[in-house]
Amino acid sequence: MGGGITLDHFLVLSLIIFGLGLFTVLTRRNAIGILMGIELILNSANINYLAFAFYGGGKYDGQIFAIFVIMLAAAEAVIGLAVVLAIYQNFKTIDVDATETLSG
Amino acid sequence: MDHPVSVSFVRLIILLPLIGAAINFLAGKWLQKNFGKMAISIVGCGVVILAFIIAVSGFFKMIALAPENRFMLDDLWTWFDVGGLNLHIAFWLDPLSMLMTLIVTGVGGLIHIYSIGYMHDDDGFWRFFGWLNLFTVMMLVLVLGDNMWLMFVGWEGVGLCSFALIGFWYKVLANSTAGNKAFIVNRVGDWAFVIALYSLYAALETVGHPTLVTREVAKYAPLLQGTTINFAGYHSAHQLVGFVTLLMFVGATAKSAQIPLYVWLPDAMAGPTPVSALIHAATMVTAGIYMVARLNFLFSMSPFTMAVIATVGGLTALFAATIGIAQNDIKKVLAYSTISQLGYMFAAVGVGAYAAGVFHLMTHAFFKACLFLGSGSVIHAMGGEQDMRKMGGLRHKMPITFITFLAATLAIAGVPPFAGFMSKDEIIWQAFAHGHTVVWAMLLMGAGITVFYMFRQVYMTFFGEFRGTHEQEHHLHESPPSMAYVLIVLGALSVVGGLVKIPEFIATFKPFEEFLEPVFSSPVTRQITEAGIHSHATEAAFGFITFTMVVIGWFIADMMYRQRRIDPARFSEMFGGVVYEWVLNKYYVDELYDRAVVQPYLLACRALAWFDSNIIDGVVNLSARITVVVSMISGLIDTYIVDGLVNFASNFTLDVGGRLRRLQTGSINGYLYGILAAVMLILLVRAVVRA
Repeated sequence: MGGGITLDHFLVLSLIIFGLGLFTVLTRRNAIGILMGIELILNSANINYLAFAFYGGGKYDGQIFAIFVIMLAAAEAVIGLAVVLAIYQNFKTIDVDATETLSG
Repeated sequence: MDHPVSVSFVRLIILLPLIGAAINFLAGKWLQKNFGKMAISIVGCGVVILAFIIAVSGFFKMIALAPENRFMLDDLWTWFDVGGLNLHIAFWLDPLSMLMTLIVTGVGGLIHIYSIGYMHDDDGFWRFFGWLNLFTVMMLVLVLGDNMWLMFVGWEGVGLCSFALIGFWYKVLANSTAGNKAFIVNRVGDWAFVIALYSLYAALETVGHPTLVTREVAKYAPLLQGTTINFAGYHSAHQLVGFVTLLMFVGATAKSAQIPLYVWLPDAMAGPTPVSALIHAATMVTAGIYMVARLNFLFSMSPFTMAVIATVGGLTALFAATIGIAQNDIKKVLAYSTISQLGYMFAAVGVGAYAAGVFHLMTHAFFKACLFLGSGSVIHAMGGEQDMRKMGGLRHKMPITFITFLAATLAIAGVPPFAGFMSKDEIIWQAFAHGHTVVWAMLLMGAGITVFYMFRQVYMTFFGEFRGTHEQEHHLHESPPSMAYVLIVLGALSVVGGLVKIPEFIATFKPFEEFLEPVFSSPVTRQITEAGIHSHATEAAFGFITFTMVVIGWFIADMMYRQRRIDPARFSEMFGGVVYEWVLNKYYVDELYDRAVVQPYLLACRALAWFDSNIIDGVVNLSARITVVVSMISGLIDTYIVDGLVNFASNFTLDVGGRLRRLQTGSINGYLYGILAAVMLILLVRAVVRA
């Protein structure tokens, strides 16, 4: 099949995107930044799905899962942005450190 | 007897006194307050007199019938109908109950009238007449009831009224105790009577005729001939009729004061004197004799019971007479005399001379009522004094009382031609004629003693010098007319009342016996009656022996208490005074009963009370105490273990929660690091485990 690109390449790409996403999530203080990190993690997962589906057995189940994940990501973005808006309305900032008043 | 005449006047005889009782009990106090004692007197006496008038008219209706048809039935309604026993509230008027009704309403009416004067100063006037009326009702129910249960209702009813009237002056303890004694002793007899009725019913059921209607029992009683005792698996060779009649007689000994249950009657003198006259002389105590005479068809079937009755009667006649010798209380003498005379009646019915027994019942009602009322008149005049040793010479102050008392004394003594002679001589003769020589001897002795103690009483009370206080002497007076007239009537009856049955050796004139004949016409009774027929010459000879005894008794009394030629002390000091002591103390029978029955009973009661308050209460208290201790332990467990667990659970949760809350920092980055660490840890663990 295609020009020497193997499953491993996809997995490495996916791992890199996952690592970037995780780094973004852990280090950003901006709530929207965190959401963006999450999107990256989800997309790395999508790449894995498609890659395993393509190299695994040619079935469509991986692709269907990927579509579900995209749909979930959309929903998550909506809710996440709504939460962020709410936080902004309360705290006049979207810095997540400002929300530590929710501590136990 | 199979087709009694249906009438409706008998109910009135009972209803009238009942109305009187109702008025006196319900409205008596009010009437007495607003209209005076005269209103009570009119109601109380009026109803009884009216009842007497109806009874007399009934008597004339009865003698208009042919002798064999003289049975009247006043059937009111069904009393109960259960398990084959169908009893009616119905009143049965035959010659015997007719006679009793006349005595109860007649003599009873006279005593009611007498009570007006005697009880005049008593605040309980209305109560007294209420009880007297109720007593009359109950006595009439006893006499007229057509079945034995109705008879028993009356039997109990007179007992109740007797109790109330003996204890009429209940504020004195001795009086109410006497009432209790009468009631309790009667209970013993009633117990036997009830068992007799049950047994009789059970026996009649086995022969196919379950009934307690007296006339039907009379019809079917011959079927019981030869039946032996057989109750629920208990067999005995003894005759059932003997058993039943013996128990009935036990009932009669209590009601009619015979040995061994006579002890209540002397104490019953605690009641007002009219009560003694009405209940304990003329009517209630004759219930036993009436019952035996009424059920003669049963008693005649058992020669054994008859012998027992005759013996007990004879013994009582003699025994009570001897006690009467030494009594000093004017009413106590009469009380023992009553017991003695009732003994004569039982001896008569016991030997089979039913008519003679009933005849003596009637004459005794006349002269004993007269004696009691006479003694009441004396007590009234003496201001409540009853001791004859403090009386004497009263004949000048109280001529009417004296004359009537003397007439009645001559009657009870059996002096011809007074009423008592006709009846008592007949009984003594019949005892011999039926072959009961021992009973005859006892009755003969008793007759002599009777004369002695009666004349002793007359001499002590009415002759000699007055021995009371000066104040009492000043107070002496003849009783008011309502009392005096009654005494005159009863005195007259004591004189002529016996003329309805003259001894056959003098003249053949016996309408009394002929009148009662249909009642005593069952074959067994007739057989016994006819066994006692002897020649007139023999009868006359025995009449003479009796008369001799009377004369001797009189003579001794006259010598000792009127002429004073013999000092009574000479007799009382004989045998070191021991005999006199015994007689004076009534042979210590009361003490014997007290020791043998009352004290052990009280002892048992006290033992049970001790057991109750110590053992039973102890157990109860112990269980209570155990409950308290257990509850305390349970409370401790509840507080410290159950509550402890619950509190521990909540405290633990609070504690853990308090510690864990620190994990929730609110820092989103912190959480994310946590998640990352957890994922890595899981991966590590998985890697290690897989390896």
